[in-house]
Amino acid sequence: MSTNHDISTAPAKPPIWNDPVYRGIFFQVLVLGAVVLFGLYIFNNTAENLERQGIASGFGFMNTTAGFGIITHLVEYTEESSYGRAFLVGLLNTLLVSAVGVVLATLIGLLVGIARLSKNLLVSGIATVYIEVIRNIPLLLQIFFWYFAVLRSVPAPKNSIALLDTFFLNNRGLYSPAPMPQPGFMWIVIALIVAIVGIIIMRNWAHKRQERTGQPFHTFYVSLAILIGLPALAAIITGLPLAWEYPVLKGFNFQGGLVMIPEFVALLLALSIYTGAFIAEIVRAGILSVSHGQTEAASALGLRNNITLRLVVLPQALRVIIPPLTSQYLNLVKNSSLAAAIAYPELVSIFAGTVLNQTGQAVEVILITMGVYLTISLTISLFMNWYNKKMALVER
Amino acid sequence: MMKRSAIAFSAITATMATAGVVQATTLEDVKAKGFVQCGVSQGLPGFSNFDDKGNWTGVDVDVCRAVAAAVFGDATKVKYTPLSAKERFTALQSGEIDVLSRNTTWTQTRDTALGLNFTGVNYYDGQGFMVRKDLGVKSALELSGAAVCTNTGTTTELNLADYFRANSMDYKVVAFEKADEVVAAYDAGRCDVYTTDQSGLYAQRIKLKEPDAHMVLPEVISKEPLGPVTRHGDDEWFDIVKWTLNCMLNSEEMGVTSANVGDMAGSDNPGIKRLLGSEGDAGKNLGLDPGWCEAIVTQVGNYGESFAANLGPETPLKIERGLNALWTQGGIQYAPPIR
Repeated sequence: MSTNHDISTAPAKPPIWNDPVYRGIFFQVLVLGAVVLFGLYIFNNTAENLERQGIASGFGFMNTTAGFGIITHLVEYTEESSYGRAFLVGLLNTLLVSAVGVVLATLIGLLVGIARLSKNLLVSGIATVYIEVIRNIPLLLQIFFWYFAVLRSVPAPKNSIALLDTFFLNNRGLYSPAPMPQPGFMWIVIALIVAIVGIIIMRNWAHKRQERTGQPFHTFYVSLAILIGLPALAAIITGLPLAWEYPVLKGFNFQGGLVMIPEFVALLLALSIYTGAFIAEIVRAGILSVSHGQTEAASALGLRNNITLRLVVLPQALRVIIPPLTSQYLNLVKNSSLAAAIAYPELVSIFAGTVLNQTGQAVEVILITMGVYLTISLTISLFMNWYNKKMALVER
Repeated sequence: MMKRSAIAFSAITATMATAGVVQATTLEDVKAKGFVQCGVSQGLPGFSNFDDKGNWTGVDVDVCRAVAAAVFGDATKVKYTPLSAKERFTALQSGEIDVLSRNTTWTQTRDTALGLNFTGVNYYDGQGFMVRKDLGVKSALELSGAAVCTNTGTTTELNLADYFRANSMDYKVVAFEKADEVVAAYDAGRCDVYTTDQSGLYAQRIKLKEPDAHMVLPEVISKEPLGPVTRHGDDEWFDIVKWTLNCMLNSEEMGVTSANVGDMAGSDNPGIKRLLGSEGDAGKNLGLDPGWCEAIVTQVGNYGESFAANLGPETPLKIERGLNALWTQGGIQYAPPIR
């Protein structure tokens, strides 16, 4: 009886305008509405101003003929290609220098980070000087330094440094023979894919066997053998259907072959050396975060130093390393846009530079460019978050 | 009744709100802030360059100063915004600058789709090539396979592509954002050829380590009429900049110089009277003082004086008048009459 009474006299529901839940929703809708209205206002204002000044707008320009040349392109491109194609060329050049840069920077960072903790004073001293010098000089200056250092230290095309008459180095780039796949080359590619699938299956099997019986397996050497052996076998059977196109000095420059232009080399060096210095500090912090007791315990079990580093310290350190490492990767990708200063034809230089100027459609071009960087960065973030989850401590 | 007047009232306020979007004219803006904001290059000797005394000089800078002289009667009331080739049009379109006087080529796209108005031509230029003398090249037609350094975002890049395609020649273009980097890379041997407008080649050659080791090839591969630019939508301001240039050209044609303008004011020649404002309504028609053109000639000089002081044979650039001579002297500089 008394409980019934309690319920009936519980505080009456407040009127709707005093209910914190409804009030919260109301204000959120209000703020959202204001933001949307503000966005619409900006959009309309821009459109109206462009209209009034008679400036062309829209994305139709992407199909117009570009009419300018680009020094290096991963996909087919000529002056008759469209602005859309030029955009693709710039995008791929950005991705190329970023991808190679991320790998190089990680290697440099890992080596220098470990070197910094070395007991050898010379090694740790060199690592410290490298980090402190590189981290504290603006990246743009470093890009110029590498560009003009690269340019001035190598000879003109007529006096190229030649290796075996196949590789040539001069101030127009590093020339090497270009592989020209002939019919039948597909079989080697198929063999490579089979090899990779085989390695994955073999590793799973070895892992399971070790868990069951405790017996280790020479996974690394067997993987290497399969990776090289299978494609090599395919090449022997098909008679290596691959021709090479050699660079030849014709007139002013070398023609044919593959060329790595000095702008790419300078940008790659600058980006990976600069970012490598930051990654080194992250690696050092990660390793120091693993308590010394872990190393001592490993030694007590009789594990050798390199095995301790590989199986005990690094896996735990990675949990600390990965999140800040993601930021460094993002920085590297975004910093690649500084290439516009040294004529490497990446996205900002080609699209937000030349295309913007030829078409005059600043708003559209900048929007697309920002969208591209946002997409690349979010993709890297997603991947690194997934990897971080995978590496996280699994508590049993 | 009440309701109808309420509707009428809201209609009026709506109209007023729309009208409010239309800005004050550029001339009013310029007069209100007290100076002309002029877009120039980041440093091109002879056209717009920051000299060792800390002043901007050049024929493009003289156009800016002449506009200030016409509007304020004082050529010093100018502020300069150095712009890269890439930034220049956006700066003008957005109203950051009032007039763009930055060796800019008059093309159809820029005059229409970019929402700009070219007010005339203050220098008739054409694109050329510069090479090292020791290459032994005598003509641009021998340049097949060459690496070519140039600027991004200019007509130069397109003319280059057109010329090499039309003559079925190969080339590699290395395009930099700033002119200084183009010169540095060309000097370091990155390219065989440096291409830009011929006047620019002569101007940049001074900056090379050994200017005498380089030569400009005879071919001119494009028409590059360079001139001052204003934005669409303000014809009054467009007229002022256009007639500023015409005033300088007409003065040269009539023999009025900064030295003799005081004496010329008493001339009986009706053409000179109209030019210097003692007869006719030229100033009033532009919304300026009657002495607008006199102020330009007194403080900046006529077109010939500006050319001689910045580009002519007496300067390090040593450029002949050529196409830029008056029509009466074998060139194509021809200004409509002031009447």
